[in-house]
Amino acid sequence: ALKGGSPFQVSAALKEGRVTPTELCQKCLSLIKSTKFLNAYITVAEETALKQAEESEKRYGRGQPLGVLDGIPVAVKDNFNAAGIETTCASKMLKGYISPYNATVVQKLLDQGAVLLGKTNLDEFAMGSGSTDGIFGPVRNPWSYSRQYKEKSVPKSHSQEDEESNWVITGGSSGGSAAAVSSFTCFAALGSDTGGSTRNPAAHCGVVGLKPTYGLISRHGLIPLVNSMDVPGILTRCVDDAAVVLGTLAGHDPKDSTTIQDNFKPFDLPNLTDVSKLSIGIPKEYHAPGLSSEILSLWSKAADLFKNAGAKVIEVSLPHTRYSIVCYHVLCTAEVASNMARFDGLEYGHRSDMNKSTESMYAATRREGFNDVVRGRILSGNYFLLKQNYENYFIKAQKVRRLIANDFVKVFGSGVDILLTPTTLSDAVPYMEFIKEDNRTRSAQDDILTQAANMAGLPAINVPTGLSERGLPVGLQFIGQSFQEKQLLTVAKWFEKQVKFPMIQLEVKRHDHGAFQHQKSASFS
Amino acid sequence: MAAAARGYSGVWRRAWQRAVACNARGGAVLAGKSGLAPWVPVVGLEIHAQISSNSKLFSGSQVQFAAPPNSLVSFFDASLPGTLPSHQNGSSAVVQKLLTGVLNRRCVEAAVMTGLALNCSINKKSLFDRKHYFYADLPAGYQITQQRVPIAVNGSLSYSLCIDNKMSQMVTKTVRIKQIQLEQDSGKSLHDDTRSQTLVDLNRAGVGLMEVVMEPDMCCGEEAAAAVRELQLILQTLGSSQAVMAEGQLRVDANVSVHHPGEHYGVRTEVKNINSIRFLAKAVDYEIERQIEELENGGTILNETRAFDSKLGCTVPMRDKEGKQDYRFMPEPNLPPLILYDAKSLPANMNHQQVVNIDWIHERLPDLPSVKRAKLVEQYGILPEHSFTLLNEDGLTEFFENVVKQTQMKPKKVIGWILNDLLSYLKQHSLTVEESPVSSVLLADLLNLLEKKEISSTAAKQVLAELWKGEGKTPLEIVKEKKLELIQDQKELEQICQAVIDGQENEVMAIKAGNRKVLNKLIGLVQRETQGRSNPVLVKQLLEKKLSE
Repeated sequence: ALKGGSPFQVSAALKEGRVTPTELCQKCLSLIKSTKFLNAYITVAEETALKQAEESEKRYGRGQPLGVLDGIPVAVKDNFNAAGIETTCASKMLKGYISPYNATVVQKLLDQGAVLLGKTNLDEFAMGSGSTDGIFGPVRNPWSYSRQYKEKSVPKSHSQEDEESNWVITGGSSGGSAAAVSSFTCFAALGSDTGGSTRNPAAHCGVVGLKPTYGLISRHGLIPLVNSMDVPGILTRCVDDAAVVLGTLAGHDPKDSTTIQDNFKPFDLPNLTDVSKLSIGIPKEYHAPGLSSEILSLWSKAADLFKNAGAKVIEVSLPHTRYSIVCYHVLCTAEVASNMARFDGLEYGHRSDMNKSTESMYAATRREGFNDVVRGRILSGNYFLLKQNYENYFIKAQKVRRLIANDFVKVFGSGVDILLTPTTLSDAVPYMEFIKEDNRTRSAQDDILTQAANMAGLPAINVPTGLSERGLPVGLQFIGQSFQEKQLLTVAKWFEKQVKFPMIQLEVKRHDHGAFQHQKSASFS
Repeated sequence: MAAAARGYSGVWRRAWQRAVACNARGGAVLAGKSGLAPWVPVVGLEIHAQISSNSKLFSGSQVQFAAPPNSLVSFFDASLPGTLPSHQNGSSAVVQKLLTGVLNRRCVEAAVMTGLALNCSINKKSLFDRKHYFYADLPAGYQITQQRVPIAVNGSLSYSLCIDNKMSQMVTKTVRIKQIQLEQDSGKSLHDDTRSQTLVDLNRAGVGLMEVVMEPDMCCGEEAAAAVRELQLILQTLGSSQAVMAEGQLRVDANVSVHHPGEHYGVRTEVKNINSIRFLAKAVDYEIERQIEELENGGTILNETRAFDSKLGCTVPMRDKEGKQDYRFMPEPNLPPLILYDAKSLPANMNHQQVVNIDWIHERLPDLPSVKRAKLVEQYGILPEHSFTLLNEDGLTEFFENVVKQTQMKPKKVIGWILNDLLSYLKQHSLTVEESPVSSVLLADLLNLLEKKEISSTAAKQVLAELWKGEGKTPLEIVKEKKLELIQDQKELEQICQAVIDGQENEVMAIKAGNRKVLNKLIGLVQRETQGRSNPVLVKQLLEKKLSE
């Protein structure tokens, strides 16, 4: 039954009976409770999760687990539909909305026997880069509560107030999923990635964040942000785990016509010993304004690592990169304006009490249901799509998008296998700092290194690389060629092995029991 | 104002119809009220034909007229968050794979067939777009349509119409077809004004439509009506749409404007809510007339959407369509281009079962109405205008052909019985051909009796009158029962003739004096005497013989 893919280590423990799915599920549920202040989850599906664990246990008892994920607790970003569980997109518009169907990726996880713990927090409708702009409040980065961060950044007093003002953001918009994986409350989580929404929080939370090639994984059931760029993302603690989850999710879905027709074969990641045949490209345009010096130095160290191991490391150019964020803004808002049109209060979701006319009901519903960020994007998107603006904005942006995609084609065509770039400009900033800038400014800054891969539909992965001077995670990004996930992940795995990213030493203060360390649970991973 | 307009309309329409009549080849040129500035009306049509298919365009939901409200709605049809267009049911896995499983193959074929029948170029690659507007029965807030590159373009439709309502004066005209686009239907809104509620039924949401855009090549209601009727016949012949207007399978919006010859087209209005071909003609003519009057009174025409009120026979501005809409068209990002093949481009390892092959469809197109008419004229020797009438009535051609097959009577004679007797009876009683109480077999039996000279045509009409009652009797039974058979006994007939001659001295004298016309009176009297059971030719011979004795 276990076909392909390197199993989670915990999977072995489950098979050998060292731990049961129910124990595992209960452990995760109790961790979710003790880390509730992280605000990583919007909905915890305790009852159904325990039921699923029980079913899994029976399967293990019969010696017939469904697959590598059987009994493994997972979490899913709250913009994927999961039947019977609330799907909110962290918006008032969908608060209380219970989907009648499973997203294809959710279905595939369940078909593999995975235990769905709950739905994770995000920016409203995934529009943001901090996981700070949803109606359920901001997600706190687990590293804010790590010994590593506290030792370096929090003043000695250790007072409650200091902790309160010093906690850092997770990045976004899949911050809940990144925090959930980083704080050990689940073994893998799904995010979505439209401009960097999986890789960015992965970098800030010190986890692996994979954005697969557009078309490799079904979007059916993912509430869209930008249809032509959205990809379900995978957040795990290590590259091998990402490969396993990818293996279970990838492949054609008749419900999503943009998925590839070819059958996808799950793969095991080899342990690369020789990188001398590799050609790593360093795109000079990613030396972006605002890039922190420590990330810059980490980036060049990583390049040296490859060079010293015998790989060819060359500087390459992706000349249209600098137009990418503006172009992204036009295309993103245009599709947002279109995709959000269905939220009119009639069929589902929030409906205003305003009943003067259907039109006034629409207007009031949308004003009440969406936050400023969503409304702002709808407004600009509609502006770009107006007859008199369409040519000047939308068409032009599409052309620029093609140029950006062609930049990558050229570079890969010249013999480069993988591109190595930073994932973020800096480590995570404290929440109080982050909210000084508006969402649009933040998104424009934070997506700058990630969204070009979405424009081109390419696979990209964040690999946790080291800790910053403040004791916070910093990650680097590998961008691969279309549908060359195996190559991308193989290189990422090699890199992961070299850098030996430290494990988070989470210190969770409980109101009643004082300090509680649970890095022991990390031994499963 | 309305009354004045109506009063004016009668006079105007007569004048205008004359103008059409003497200007049958070009646009109608109308003299204005002042007689100085003539007006040229311009009419273009946008026609939505619901594709006859068991399932919707981008979902596997069933399509069925008058099903319980909201019983045929998939998650996609209701635009639940996260759903994508995907027609999964109804076609084989292989077909799905090649059409990428998104589109209803049947709908694509119907559009290709229709495009070919309307002499269009079929685009081997067409694209889908989103057209945005908020409406209660449009759950996504946009309609998926083909604005940029539709499936078929640049066609034409020939249609005929008669002048001055005379069937003998038919002219054939052509309207250019701009394009045919595949698109989704919306749901239906039911407004309850008293409770100020709107109820929404999404059964129709997502059903496949073909929008046929006709260029403004028409100039009056009659032309628009004739063009739509011809299109309707074509669609029904192809089976691509049932095209019943009353059931909303064919919806016609008319774009109407008027201008002076040599000047640019005037501002146009769009007339909606037209639900029969008769109303189409009325709505267009009313709108032309309204615009001319408006302009002659110094007013201006607004680029607006108006609804036809069939009760009042006029068009009124639609309140909810006020102001210009910007539909903010955008490429549909969830649908790949629609690729069609022809014999040349068809990949070697595929057959017609796996892809939509334009040539394959072309070869299998049925005879179109124009061809059918020509064949009827040629095969049966009937008049062209008769062939129009035959095709215009559902099932009438088949009825006619069945009668012809079962009788020795010449088709040229049969057509008279079909058009003058059968059709006028059906019209009088508002019956369809299918509902006719007299079947083709019965009519053929009757005509055979006539043809074999067993009854006279007068008697045949009497029999037909009995047959309408639908009492299950055969013509022969009725003939027997009513004793309508021709008197075969020549002696009996001679006696009757003699009796008539004997009783009409004056007339006999007149005939002998050379007034042969009077003979007809005698024949009539014999007919009356025999209650139509005598053969008039024979009676005439007998009378002549007797009178010359």
